[in-house]
Parts: sequence; structure tokens; C-alpha cells
Amino acid sequence: MAFQIVEKCTNCWACMPLCPTDAIYEAKPHFLIDAKKCTECEGHFADPQCASICPIEEAIVNQFGVPLNALGSLTGIPPEKLASAMAEIQAR
Amino acid sequence: MQTTTSSSGCSKSSCGSSAQQMAHLPDSIREKVHNHPCYSEGAHHHYARMHVAVAPACNIQCHYCNRRYDCANESRPGVVSELLQPDQAVKKILAVASAIPQMTVVGIAGPGDPLANPERTLSTFRALAETAPDIKLCLSTNGLNLPEYVDEIVKLKVDHVTITINCIDPDVGAKIYPWIFWKNKRIRGRKAAEILIQQQQRGLEMLVERGVLVKVNSVMIPGVNDQHLQEVSKTVKAKGAFLHNVMPLIAEAEHGTFFGLMGQRSPSHEELQTLQDQCAGDMNMMRHCRQCRADAVGMLGEDRGSEFTLDKVADLEVNYAEVMEKRAKVHAEIEQKRSVAAVIPLQKITRIKRQTRPVLMAIATTGQNVINQHFGHANEFLIYEGSSEGVRFVGIRKVGQYCVGTDTCGETESTLQQTIKTLKGCEVVLCSKIGFEPWGELEKAGIKPDNTHAFENIETAVADVYQKMLESGLLAEQISEVA
Repeated sequence: MAFQIVEKCTNCWACMPLCPTDAIYEAKPHFLIDAKKCTECEGHFADPQCASICPIEEAIVNQFGVPLNALGSLTGIPPEKLASAMAEIQAR
Repeated sequence: MQTTTSSSGCSKSSCGSSAQQMAHLPDSIREKVHNHPCYSEGAHHHYARMHVAVAPACNIQCHYCNRRYDCANESRPGVVSELLQPDQAVKKILAVASAIPQMTVVGIAGPGDPLANPERTLSTFRALAETAPDIKLCLSTNGLNLPEYVDEIVKLKVDHVTITINCIDPDVGAKIYPWIFWKNKRIRGRKAAEILIQQQQRGLEMLVERGVLVKVNSVMIPGVNDQHLQEVSKTVKAKGAFLHNVMPLIAEAEHGTFFGLMGQRSPSHEELQTLQDQCAGDMNMMRHCRQCRADAVGMLGEDRGSEFTLDKVADLEVNYAEVMEKRAKVHAEIEQKRSVAAVIPLQKITRIKRQTRPVLMAIATTGQNVINQHFGHANEFLIYEGSSEGVRFVGIRKVGQYCVGTDTCGETESTLQQTIKTLKGCEVVLCSKIGFEPWGELEKAGIKPDNTHAFENIETAVADVYQKMLESGLLAEQISEVA
């Protein structure tokens, strides 16, 4: 059982100092989680720390690839709105 | 002729907070802000500042912020091009201190929250306090972790702290902050706002108790906190904040922020000024804020960050003892100049006696308190108000910065039309030169272009133009129309 940081990560460093098992490390192009060290915070905290401070939706996923912070859950921007706004901006 | 390299936005002797407003402050505070470009009325014409981007992490989400912070082309808070480690930041600071000796202040403002990155922020300050004791330190925080670090802040002699306080009512806060990270949990909604507000107010009180200068920043969000900010202003003043800076919301869809994407509008210039004036009755207001990036370098209104990127400063060896001597000399020269400038008489203003309506005028200037810029070259205008009370600086309007090419402006809209829209409410534009076409377009929009005051002192010229408008019956006519 371990979480994973994926390509949406913006390298903001917020998660790293919070990890109780020092599983998070700086890497290129983005931070990574050492699967051997990650305990998903079990026995340490009620909530996984990295996912509780991460500001970027879908940047941290569980072992099944499911994001711990789903699209729209942190910014409050409804995904359908985001997609249309992005399409519009990119079409310029 | 004015060279453009020293372009520093404005050079007005009393912009920002007015002399009378600063007068009530104790000498100890006035002395502290005397050479701080962001805090002092006169300092920003002479002194520069820099922000170092050592603090990427944040512990709250604001609806006007997008945490994808890395963008070279945007100029707004929370955006940087290059993240620095504390030792790299110190290198960069020493390089800037040497190249721009009038740089007196180093601030840490992000791109996240400095106190959500306490080790990085404090170790940068610690190293600086040791190597460059002539540089003032300041930081800008959302306040959530502030109470915890107040003692450390005092110990490191950080003498200026800015807290962004957008509300004191959690119901308002819930519309601005979707979540905070607090005691190992992500907290949402009203509860989150309640904790944040409590921490901000406590932090403010603790800093004031310990003699640290506190400025409060507020983002004006129409329909969310605009009706509430006067109360915020009163409250933070009562608790001892010495300056309040009400800034307009920046919200464009392409910034990817909640407010930008949801179509939340920014306040108009008139709305912002009205609110600032309303708060000014209770509080010393700041008017010259340029809403800088978290890695800005130079005078307010300019950004020389690209001259000091990591690859350019990494191998630079700075002998700071020598640099400090040079800096002291430059600062002494500036002070000499300022003491002379301070006695410019404003007798012209006293000629305006009758009760007449105020007139807004837009000034094209590159600095030195002089009307010295071509209309078409200005990327910002200083807005002055002439009235029966005299002349006062009321704000800055940037042109062609935030709205180029978005659909709210209309794709076919020319830069000139956008500029004219930005100058809405102004009746006169004072510049050194102006082209034939813009002259006509401005007149059509009811704004009188005027290049007859080229290279004159701004205040004197504004007073002059106001006086002439008065004499030619322009002001009286308007009043009878209104009445």
C-alpha cells in the first residue's frame, strides 16, 4: 500500500516536510513517493498528510490510480466548467 | 531628457499615504518606514525592493489564486519564474544589493506562504541578518501560522510584516477560502475561515505588542467583501496595524483561478477608489501598490528580475563589506536629495478656494515627479484628483496589462481603446507628447489631452489645470448640471 505522486504535481514542496515516514523526495520532473516507505499515514495521522495539504487536484493517487483529491474538490471549480474554459483559452 | 532605464512608475512626493495621514504615527514608526518603498509615502521614488521566491508551499487556498505559479509573462502576486533555495536567494540578494544600491528591502512573499515554509524563510532571513545587516527584512503572510512564528520574527529583526486580511466575518471568508490545512487536517468552509480569521487577528495583536510594524492587505472582491472591508479597516486599525492596502481583485479566466474561471468580476477603478476613500476616514491608506510578483526586483512598477536569474548570479562573488560602504554613500545622497525635495512649496494649490467638484486627471510619467512621458509609451497612469481641497494622489491604473485579447474586451479592440476605457472617469490626460489619432479619440471620449505641462511638476500642473477649469467655468457648469 502506497500513494503515488503523478505528473500534475507542481513541485510546491508542501507535502515533503509533513510525511511521517520521510517517503517523499525531490525528483525531476516532479516529487515522488518511495513506495517502500509510504504507510499512507496509517498509525500516524487520521488523514494522509500529503493529500491533505496538496493544492493540486489529481496530483496524488492511491494504489489503484484513483486521485485522493478529485477534480473540482479543492478549487471548487466544476470540472465541466474547467474543461470549457481551458478549451476556449487554448483556442486563442 | 529623462532616460527610460530609471523608469520607476511614479515619482510623486506624497503618493501612497499622504503626509498628514502619516503625521499621526509615532516617530519610531515613521523612522522605520522612511526608506521602505512599499510603506512610505515618499520612499518608493528613491528606494527599490526585491522579493525572493523561497516559499513555494502554501497552507490555504484562496479563490483568487492558482497554485500553478510558474509563469514568466504574468505580473501578479503569487507568480514567479524561478524558485530559490535559501542559499541561492542570499546570493541573488547580495548581487542585487551590489548592482542596485538603492535596494533597501528584501521581502519574502511566496509564491506560497512564507510561514508555510518556515525553515526556508527563516534561514534566508538568518543568513541575511548576518551578512547584510543594512538590508531591511519583511514578509507577507496569510496569517494562518503567524502566532507560532511571532517570536522568531522578532528575534530575526524582521520589522515589517504584511498580513492579507480579506474579512473578519467567517461567512464572508467561506466565499473566499475553500480550505485551509490546520493541525494535520484539511478543513473546509466556514470552519476554515473561522480558524484563519482567528489566527490572523491573534498574529496582528502579537506583532503589534512586540513593536513589529504591520500592514494589512485586502483584496476587494465585488459582491463578496466590498461592503465588509470598511469594517475590516476599522478593526485592524484599532488593533494597531499602521497601514491598510486595499487592492483590486485580479481575475482573468486564463489565470485559471476559481474567481477567474467563474466569471467573478474585478472592481472598477471608481469602486476601488471609493472604497479606499471610505476607509481613509479611519485608516492610513496605501495607494501606490503595484501588486508585484513574488520575485520582483527593482523600483516599484519595474521588474529587473531577469537581470538576476540564478545562472547569472551563481558564480558572482560579492565583497559585502565594500558593497555596504557604497550603499551607505548612495543612501546618504538619496536622503540629501529628499530633504531638498521635501520643501517644494505647494502655494499653487491654495489658490483653489471655492467648493467645486473634484476632477480626476491621468498623468503619463516615468518618474521624478514630472510629467515626462509620451501618451503612447505609458503602460501605467498615475491618477490625481484636483479639488477645492487641493491636489491628491489617488491611485495607479495600468494599461494593456491584464485584459489584452480576452473576450470581455472584444478581440478587435485596439490598445488605444483599452487605454481610454482604463482612463474612464478621468477628465484630463497630462503627458509630454501625444499623437494625432489618440488626441482625437480621447476628446471623443470626453477626456482632454494636455501636453502643455510637459516636464512640469505633477502636483503644480494638476493644480494649474484645475484652476484653469475653474476659471473657465467648467467646474461650476458641471455643478449646476448635477444639481
